[in-house]
Amino acid sequence: MSGPNNPPKDPSHPKQVAMLAPEALAQAVEDAERAFAEAGDLEELAAVKPAHLGDRSPLLIARREIGALPPHARAEAGKRLNASRTAVQAAFDQRRAALQVQRDSTTLREEAVDVTLPWDRVPAGARHPITTLCERIADVFLAMGYEVAEGPELEAEWFNFDALNFPQDHPARTMQDTFYAAPEGSGMVLRTHTSPVQVRALLERELPVYVVCPGRTFRSDALDATHTPVFHQVEGLAVDHGITMAHLKGTLDALARAMFGETSRTRLRPSFFPFTEPSAEVDVWFPERKGGPGWVEWGGCGMVNPNVLRACGVDTSAYSGFAFGMGIERTLQFRNGIADMRDMVEGDVRFTCAFGTEA
Amino acid sequence: MRVPVSWLRDHVALPEGSEAPTTAQIADAFVRAGLEVEAVHQLGPVSGPLVVGRVLEIEELTGFAKPIRYCRVDDGEPAPRGVICGATNFRAGDLVVLARPGTVLPDDVAIAARTAYGRTSEGMICSAAELGLGEDHTGIIVLPADAAVPGDSAVPVLGLDDSVIELAITPDRGYCLSVRGLARELAIAFDAPYGDPGLREVLSTGGLSWPVRIEDEQGCRRFVTRQVSGVDPTLRSPWWMRRRLGLAGMRSISLAVDVTNYVMLELGQPMHAFDAAKLDGELLVRRAIEGEKLTTLDGVCRELDPDDMVICDASGPVSLAAVMGGESTEVGAATTSLLLEAANWDPASVARSARRHKVPSEAARRFERGVDPALPPVAVEFAATLLSRYGGGRIAPGRTDAGTPPGPVPVVMPIELPDRVAGRAYERGATVRRLSQIGCTVQVHGAEGTEGATTVTVVPPSWRPDLVQPADLVEEVLRLEGYDTIPAEFPPVPPGRGLTAAQRRRRAVSRTLAGAGYVEVLPSPFVSATTWDAFGLPDDDPRRHTVTLLNPLESDRDQLATTLLPGLLEALVRNVARGQRDVALYGMAPVVQPHVGAPAMPDVGVLGRPNPAEFAALIGALPGQPLHVGAVLAGQWERLGWWGTGRAVTWADAVQAARAVGHAAGVEFGVCAAQTPPWHPGRCAQLQVEGRPVGHAGELHPAVVTALGLPPRTCAMELDLDALPLTDRRPAPVISPYPPVLQDIAVVVDAAVPVAELTATLRRGAGELLEDVRLFDVYTGEQIGVGKKSLAFALRFRALDRTLTVAEATAARDAAVAAAIQTHGAALRSS
Repeated sequence: MSGPNNPPKDPSHPKQVAMLAPEALAQAVEDAERAFAEAGDLEELAAVKPAHLGDRSPLLIARREIGALPPHARAEAGKRLNASRTAVQAAFDQRRAALQVQRDSTTLREEAVDVTLPWDRVPAGARHPITTLCERIADVFLAMGYEVAEGPELEAEWFNFDALNFPQDHPARTMQDTFYAAPEGSGMVLRTHTSPVQVRALLERELPVYVVCPGRTFRSDALDATHTPVFHQVEGLAVDHGITMAHLKGTLDALARAMFGETSRTRLRPSFFPFTEPSAEVDVWFPERKGGPGWVEWGGCGMVNPNVLRACGVDTSAYSGFAFGMGIERTLQFRNGIADMRDMVEGDVRFTCAFGTEA
Repeated sequence: MRVPVSWLRDHVALPEGSEAPTTAQIADAFVRAGLEVEAVHQLGPVSGPLVVGRVLEIEELTGFAKPIRYCRVDDGEPAPRGVICGATNFRAGDLVVLARPGTVLPDDVAIAARTAYGRTSEGMICSAAELGLGEDHTGIIVLPADAAVPGDSAVPVLGLDDSVIELAITPDRGYCLSVRGLARELAIAFDAPYGDPGLREVLSTGGLSWPVRIEDEQGCRRFVTRQVSGVDPTLRSPWWMRRRLGLAGMRSISLAVDVTNYVMLELGQPMHAFDAAKLDGELLVRRAIEGEKLTTLDGVCRELDPDDMVICDASGPVSLAAVMGGESTEVGAATTSLLLEAANWDPASVARSARRHKVPSEAARRFERGVDPALPPVAVEFAATLLSRYGGGRIAPGRTDAGTPPGPVPVVMPIELPDRVAGRAYERGATVRRLSQIGCTVQVHGAEGTEGATTVTVVPPSWRPDLVQPADLVEEVLRLEGYDTIPAEFPPVPPGRGLTAAQRRRRAVSRTLAGAGYVEVLPSPFVSATTWDAFGLPDDDPRRHTVTLLNPLESDRDQLATTLLPGLLEALVRNVARGQRDVALYGMAPVVQPHVGAPAMPDVGVLGRPNPAEFAALIGALPGQPLHVGAVLAGQWERLGWWGTGRAVTWADAVQAARAVGHAAGVEFGVCAAQTPPWHPGRCAQLQVEGRPVGHAGELHPAVVTALGLPPRTCAMELDLDALPLTDRRPAPVISPYPPVLQDIAVVVDAAVPVAELTATLRRGAGELLEDVRLFDVYTGEQIGVGKKSLAFALRFRALDRTLTVAEATAARDAAVAAAIQTHGAALRSS
């Protein structure tokens, strides 16, 4: 705003002009140099800086007074001012450099701490490996385009058995040790597998259906090193035009590779499940198996039994499907070398903390 | 099902000599065919001189606690050998198995000469159990007189080079609960000739063997009898039969029982032998009558159910059909006349009876899975032949054959369906070839090779009741062609939508709590009713309204959890018991909250999609199962360390855990004091969303802490995650770039005024310029006055569109204070 054509309103204030006197400037430079030299560390230097280089420092005030000089004197005064400013800035920079060196060589050394000191003031939390494994498997299928389906744990027998082609009084119903809800004939069970979600998915969704369902399941086996009455499964279901057993094989192989590395793959053995026909047991090639790479029993699978599709109103002449299921505890057991299944259910923090908050 | 390989070889001509498959290869063939091999037992191993010997003389040694014999045995050496033996089931002249010193029997039992009972025993006369040939310890093995000559190696005579394969048979393959079915599978696997023992010719014989009437033809489809009389009840089963039964896991009982068991194992047809002399008149096959009783072979008197199928004579029920025979007509030591029975029963009916009476018999196991209805005449003929050959019996003329079993139902399918299901092209003719191998009659329609026009009509064999739809036939073709020949491809998955908002929220909440220092556990869903008493819940508390299990693993933990706290606290106690002092746990799981007066589960069929009303009724009959998240904590939250002292967990940590969940879920909870067990009545926060309670947090009631054995001052939090609204898209705030004005105030209010309410008042009073208000001090003391507290707040003011002046901020602050004064009777505390 100030300039030759726009002189300040009060150009002749004697006190202001005095700041531009050579002696005054020399004094200001000297004061600054002394103050910087007396600063013992960078903090002190920073503290004195405004007094000599700040908005209210003598040199800055002097700069604002240049306009008050007669035009002929301005150039001369400006030169003096700039020289003074340069000198002060140089003194500052010099001192700062010196103090930085001092700090780096002395102070920081004195401030050194033992960085190996623990900081477990608030202990770390952790996620259960069953949870993270369920998520990880779900993520593999999400990446393929599947969606995650869900269903209740206390389930209607109709979903858990009837619609899955378990005839009443068929030995298949007693293959699984089922928890029944009271009273007798309530028609409700704790789901023995995640397969009822297949039926729910087919009834609730539009075709084609590609879903995966990790979840908690129940069988009345007493807790021991290899059994737990409450466990987890992950179920997969694909129903579309022209789904084949080759598609099932390819999908299982993809899951095996995602879980156990590029050299992993699966092997199918004929078996029986009421809700699939043909049915198969799945073995997975586990390169890091105890005692050397080999096949490990992993789960069950097959082509969705047309009786199941019919119970869900799916046109079996146009659609076919595959389904598979794996035990999460079992997978975790061989994948992470967990000898005793009780460790997974008892909730001992020493077990879970080992897994951290891995995703 | 345990089966010796040698028995299978009776019916399938497996390659011999150097081509002969190893036991491992045979087991592998079973696995590839879909039969799970549970174990392979190689007999033996026996090394050293195990030979056949003839007992020449028996000297009974007396004066010992048990009978002891000193025998002189001809073992082919010039001089007989002296052997001590504790068994008594043999006579001079019998052929026995002698382990000479130097023999090593199974389980590394080394035989040496030894002195006992004052004699030197130069070896051992062996029992079947000692040779690993079954569990029979009751006596030594007596070989048939013509089995071998003394001095011959006993190994081939005993079949110790044999092996036993133990298989788990899936419910669809009932036919494999027999040597017959397993041999067929092996024959297919090795492409070897097979002679089906179930198709042995049955000669016609004039007349009936016994009058039989089937009253309930639905429960009993066929009932065949044959009578054998003049059987010598003192004769034992031949050695080879006992050997096979033993290897199959069955005990030898008597010739009659052994024969029926042998026939069942070989053919898969369960049989029963009645003592014909004890039967009174016509046999009637019917359902039991309410109140009827039957004492079965195991000596148990059973109350019969009107659904049970029974076989009756004039005296009433004499057998619980297909499950267990009756005591009154049992074959005994004096039985000479046997009525052999082989029948075909309704599988579902048998399954119900076996379960009802808790008798999982070998017979029931087979009938449940379906038995070949063509077998009964074959089975009775085979059994009668064995009885006459080994028991000296005479087969009485006549065979009763009542009932008409349903014939197999043909299945029609496109010939290339197996190819379509597998996702590969099989060799031409594979469908017909494979289905024929398993015993189907296959008829091809349309010109084979013309696209899509060819179908096959397949009549399944009588032993395969599981083959009822095309998919069943497809499985047969695929498994016999080998699942390993199915390629790996990827299905055309359409793009998915990723996780739902609720699923993402669940993950976020889990990660948040773990990140905040909580360790995840999987709380047990099974709760004892006593827990609710320990929690101090009133009688009408909804958490007491649970679903109960009919068959809990632990009878006192028969309720399904309505809250996660019992499971979480159980894990807490376990950790503390194991030496952890500072424990913070969380868990996420559904709880089961039954509706009062929930409708009954509807009866819905499976022949088609349930209609919307049926579907709604199925869903509506189930209890609510909301996803809960809970946390429990005890000990120190901040631990003592080199930085200074620790800090014990407090109610506020529990509330903060809830707030952290809210933050992850995008919900800010309203908080108010609540008096809800199991929490401390003065330290329980109710968390609310839009005025609705969604959970509680705070310190537990000291009485609960005591009752459950928890560490003092244990705190807990539980929220119903499903009750939180889903925030899929959170609105972004407008961020002002202008500088703030900071002002602090302190107000004195009644101690009872909740900070949350006062804070809300300050916000309301200050208006839009207030960007943030934060309580930074709470003070109580004499200076303030009894029943009062001083609350100090830092207020941050900022305008969206300009630099706020101090005067504007002060005016807003004063307005905030004025509101506090007006609403809460607050007094501004001069600073």
